[in-house]
Order: sequence, then C-alpha cells, then structure tokens
Amino acid sequence: MKQERILMAHGSGGLMSQRLIEEIFKSAWDNEIMAPMLDGAVFEIPAGRLAMSTDSFVITPLFFPGGDIGKLSVCGTVNDLVACGAHPMYLSTAFIIEEGFPLADLRRIAGSMAATAKETGIKLITGDTKVVEKGSADGIFINTTGIGVIKEGIDLRPSRIVPGDLIIVTGYIGDHGLSILAQREGLRFSTPAVSDCAPLYQLTALTDKYQQAIKCMRDPTRGGLATVLNEIAQQAGAGINITEAAVPVSEVVKGASDMLGMDPLYMANEGKMVLFVSAEASHDIMADLKKIPLTSHASIIGEVTSTATGMVLIETELGARRILGMLEGEHVPRIC
Amino acid sequence: MNEISQYQQKLLQAIQKVSKSITLMEVCGTHTMAIAKSGIRELLPENITLLSGPGCPVCVTSQGDIDAIIEMVQIKDIILVTFGDMIRVPGTNSSLQEERSKGADIRIAYSPLDALRIARKNPHKEVVFLGIGFETTAPAIAITVEQASAEQLRNFSVFSLHKVVPPALEHIFSDQEIRVDGLICPGHVSMIIGTGPYDILTEKYKKPCVVTGFETIDILEGIYMLIKQISQGEAKTETQYRRLVKREGNLIARQAIDQVFELVDAKWRGLGLIEQSGLALHHAYAEMDARLKFNIAEKAEIPIKGCVCGEVLTGKIIPTACKLFGKACTPLNPVGPCMVSQEGSCAAYYRYTPWKGSNK
Repeated sequence: MKQERILMAHGSGGLMSQRLIEEIFKSAWDNEIMAPMLDGAVFEIPAGRLAMSTDSFVITPLFFPGGDIGKLSVCGTVNDLVACGAHPMYLSTAFIIEEGFPLADLRRIAGSMAATAKETGIKLITGDTKVVEKGSADGIFINTTGIGVIKEGIDLRPSRIVPGDLIIVTGYIGDHGLSILAQREGLRFSTPAVSDCAPLYQLTALTDKYQQAIKCMRDPTRGGLATVLNEIAQQAGAGINITEAAVPVSEVVKGASDMLGMDPLYMANEGKMVLFVSAEASHDIMADLKKIPLTSHASIIGEVTSTATGMVLIETELGARRILGMLEGEHVPRIC
Repeated sequence: MNEISQYQQKLLQAIQKVSKSITLMEVCGTHTMAIAKSGIRELLPENITLLSGPGCPVCVTSQGDIDAIIEMVQIKDIILVTFGDMIRVPGTNSSLQEERSKGADIRIAYSPLDALRIARKNPHKEVVFLGIGFETTAPAIAITVEQASAEQLRNFSVFSLHKVVPPALEHIFSDQEIRVDGLICPGHVSMIIGTGPYDILTEKYKKPCVVTGFETIDILEGIYMLIKQISQGEAKTETQYRRLVKREGNLIARQAIDQVFELVDAKWRGLGLIEQSGLALHHAYAEMDARLKFNIAEKAEIPIKGCVCGEVLTGKIIPTACKLFGKACTPLNPVGPCMVSQEGSCAAYYRYTPWKGSNK
C-alpha cells in the first residue's frame, strides 16, 4: 500500500488543507469551541488572573519511549502553566510540516496531543498548519500556546523565596534527556531509558491547597535541574544549598551517565517540577506529593540560604562542597 | 550512613592521618573529572597533593596535528567524522567548528561505526574518521578498519591521533622537573593493557602505581593504597579496580590493536615527541591512512600565546595558576584544549569549583 504523505497542496489553504484539518485534527480534538471553525477561538474565561505560555517543539526522534512530539508539545505548555500556579484551560497549536511527512505519523501525533489534552482537562481550541518544501524543516515542528486561570491567593515567583525555604524535586531526574540521547544514538541499556514526559496538572491541587506556602515552581527542562536552580538563585537573590545524595536519580540514568561522562543534574526533564516551599509546610506538601503517582518519588533536595547569594552549592556524597554552575555550551558524551 | 559512606569516611580519616608530604598524579581524564566532581581534593590534608596528568586524549593532541586536520577538511568532498569535543579545539588560525560554519562537512559521531554508515551512504565522497583516544578507544577503531577493509569501502579512511599510555607515564617519572611520588593509573586503559606495563615502571623508577576505578570510593581507596606503599617505602603495582582489571588485560582487544596499528613516535602537547607512543595504521592498511591518502604533511608546533596547557598536562602548574584561567579562557570560549575537553583538567577545575566560604 502506498504511504500517504503531506504534499505542498496540503498547505495551500484550499480543499486539501480543509480535508487535512477535518480528517486529522478536528476528528481528534473536536470540542464545542473549535466546532464552529471560525478564524479564531471564541471562549469565556472565569474572573481572575490568567497565565499564558508559549513553546515551540523541535525534537529528533519524533517518537521516543515514553512519548512523542505531540504529547511533549501539550505537556511542555501545560507544565509551564502549572509552574505559574495556573489551572491549564485552553491551548492553541501551530504546525510546520515538511513536505513528504507521512500522514500516519501526523495522525499519531494529533492523537497523542488529544489524549494528553483530555487527560489534563485542557482544550485544544484553535490551530494552524503550514507546509514547507522538503528540506526546509526536520519532519514537523509544533508550537503550542496555553492559557490558564490562577486562583485567588496563589502567588508564585522567585522574589517570594526567603532563606530557610526548602527545595523539592518531584522525582527522578534526567530520564527524558537520556531517553532522547539513547534513541538518537542507538544506545541500548538493559533497562530501557524511558522519557518522563507527563502533564503535571495534578500539582494545581497542591498550589490551591497550600497557596502562599508554595513560593515558586519551575519545570527543569533543557539544561536540567542545575540550570533551573541557578536561574532561581539569581532571580531570588538568594543562595541555594543542595545535597547530592538527596537528588533522585534512577539506576539506569546513574549507570548510563557515569558511562557516558554526563551529569544527570544537567539532563532534560519533561515531567518534573522543582518547588520552593516554606519549611513549616514542607512535611505536608511532601506527604501529598507522595500520594500522586507522577510525583511519588519526590525528595527534599536542599534549602535556601542567605550566604553565597545568586549561587548554587552542592554537597557531594563525600561531604565536600562545590559550586554547581550553569551548563556551559553543549552537554555531550566524552571520548573514553 | 550506608556502608559505602562509612567506608569512604574511614578511608578519608586514614589518609588524613598521614603526615608525610606526598604528591600523587592521576593520569586519566575520567579520574580528573571524578576527583573534581566529588570534591576529594578539598578533603585531603594539605600535605597530600593531587595533580592531573596527560590523561585527556583531546588535550595531549599536538597543535600541529590539529592544524593538519583543519587543513585536510578544506579538501573538496571530504566528510570528517569525529567525536564531539574535537570540533571546538582551537588550532592556530581556525577550529573545526569554524571550518564547519564556512562549509566544511564535519559530523559528530558517538561510534566509529557511524563513519562506516556515512561512507556507505556517500560513495562519491571521502569519509575520514578522526581516530583519537588511548588503548580504550583504539580497539573499536581497529574493528572499524577491519570491517571497512572486509567490505572494500574505498572511500573510508582514518586520521589516527591514537596514543598509548605507558610511554607518557615513563616520561612523567623520568622528568626531573615533575615531582610525583606515585600514580593513580587509569582503570579503563588497564582493562585493555593489563598491569604488566606498570611493573616495568615501578621496578625502574621505584615509585608505586595503583590501577584505580572511577567511583568516589575507588579513588579514595586507590589514594590510600598509594599512600600506604609510600609510607612503608614500597613501590609496586597494585590493582584497586580488581572487579574489571586482569593482569593480562583484554587479549582480544590487544590483538585487534596489534593487527591494525603499529607503534610510531608521536608528538604530545606539553610532553613533546615521545618514542613509540603513537598508533598509526599498519602498512597493510596504508590505503586507509588519511595522512597518506590526502598527502597531509606534518605541521610545525605553533604555541598559543599565553596558553600553558602543556605545563598543566605535566602537572608543572595547576589550572588555576594559568593567567588565562576563567578569564580569557572558559569552556564557552576556550583558548587551549584543556578547557575544551570534558576530561580536560582546566574544564574540571572550572566546572567543579570548590566552595571555600562558610557553610550556611
């Protein structure tokens, strides 16, 4: 059977564009806001503050253990909204597709976007597709923009962080980074490296419940945990001390990164959150995190201090203390 | 505290009790990184000094060799396949990264077999693999060369910068300017070469060698074993990394190296020309030797102004003593290779800066 592929005509705006949208996108995402097929989405929003976030997704390979670019494009924006303390509500999406891209893959990507959106309770309400000539894009690029509503009393930002606050990471780090590297380079481990790509919408229940006790949240994607901690130390004007042994790292990531000469602290995550919380509330917050499957391996990794402001210090397994810097250049495996 | 931490603390305490002034050198880039990352150096008493040696393959590559590769990639229809770190190493006037931005076809690979795949896909281009590393990476390149030969892949060749470790260690021990009392020997290299080569060194120079693994606990134990020998006036080869290193090494890997490569004199950055310390393709594989195939002449060594990588590589100065360190030379903007490579001692000192301030 001949494989159906994206043609330049699919981006013409004519009949083929219409069919593509009807058959692939609308059937996967149908909801009452998208249904009238207007030039834009028309919808109502509850009173209060809104959060809005946008992200573009370019990844090789498009399909990887634990997810694909579709799931990733929903999770990425959902998690950014969650990190703002918002309940994710609506999502727009734009596709740039390379001529010749298999329709079956597009269908699969649209389907996983729909499934992730459904799980999260966010609605895909408007979108756009463009087709570019073969060679002008690497398969498919996806942009998503999301809007969420922030409930009264929630105020997440680095400037609220004070010395004594504790730092929580919600689970094993480095899984996504290793999974992508392994796929790209054909590396195989006895335990497969699976991406942690997941929408962390359940954390909104915690921000609603603990309100001011949660000071700030951020998802440690590109650049990993180390980069996020450095950014926050700088933005908050505070010092951060973490303990190496308290940072959750799975056996497969630990083994593989030792072998490849990489550091899990700098590897990407797509389903983790870093929380800065008041020490008083930390016990209850940890207890609640442990009850949610996606955050059941949460760990208190360190605390905020008033010395060494703008810096992150890490206490090694041996008890030595060193500066945990930002990622310099690319993070690539070593030679021998 | 678990058993590992307990044992580590015990080792540290035992090391801290030694009053004699002792200087040890680790001669593997992976050790350099592991030591910096774990903070071992900061926990040792002042009388025990850990120096980093010539254990980073990118760092010890001579400036002339880098310039020769840069010249080669300018030849039309060449695809150079290399490991990641090499592309950022500055040559005298350019780097591979710069050449790539000007249009040279340079690709980063994780395995030499990737280069074969590229050669099969591009029959009208010349694919050159940049072979770099010590006895650990050489067997994989050897197998790749044999495979290419079996397939009669005529558009594949290797630019070999491979070096062997023991002659460099002999250089360290014999240099009067380098005061080293014992060597932390490379675990992975020794998996291949075994421990025999160290016996010759310990016998001749009366200084101990301990083949050591890469976990924090391994390195501490290796340091402890060396200090114990030195305190007791002994000088022998010991293996801390017993779980992987055998006396005879890995015979199959050694055979692969012997079949494809031959020992030649090689130039090392910082150490100069060392006899019988490089691996060139054996004459039976001469048609796959990129230097011969593209007629690349040897280049003169033009030192980089202000860069003391050579002294750093021999432990004559520590990275932070270089005037450029952390100022003109950083991992984002490296002047010398020791700041480029992930195993380079300058990069290790830079990335894992110890914190000397108060705890809270």
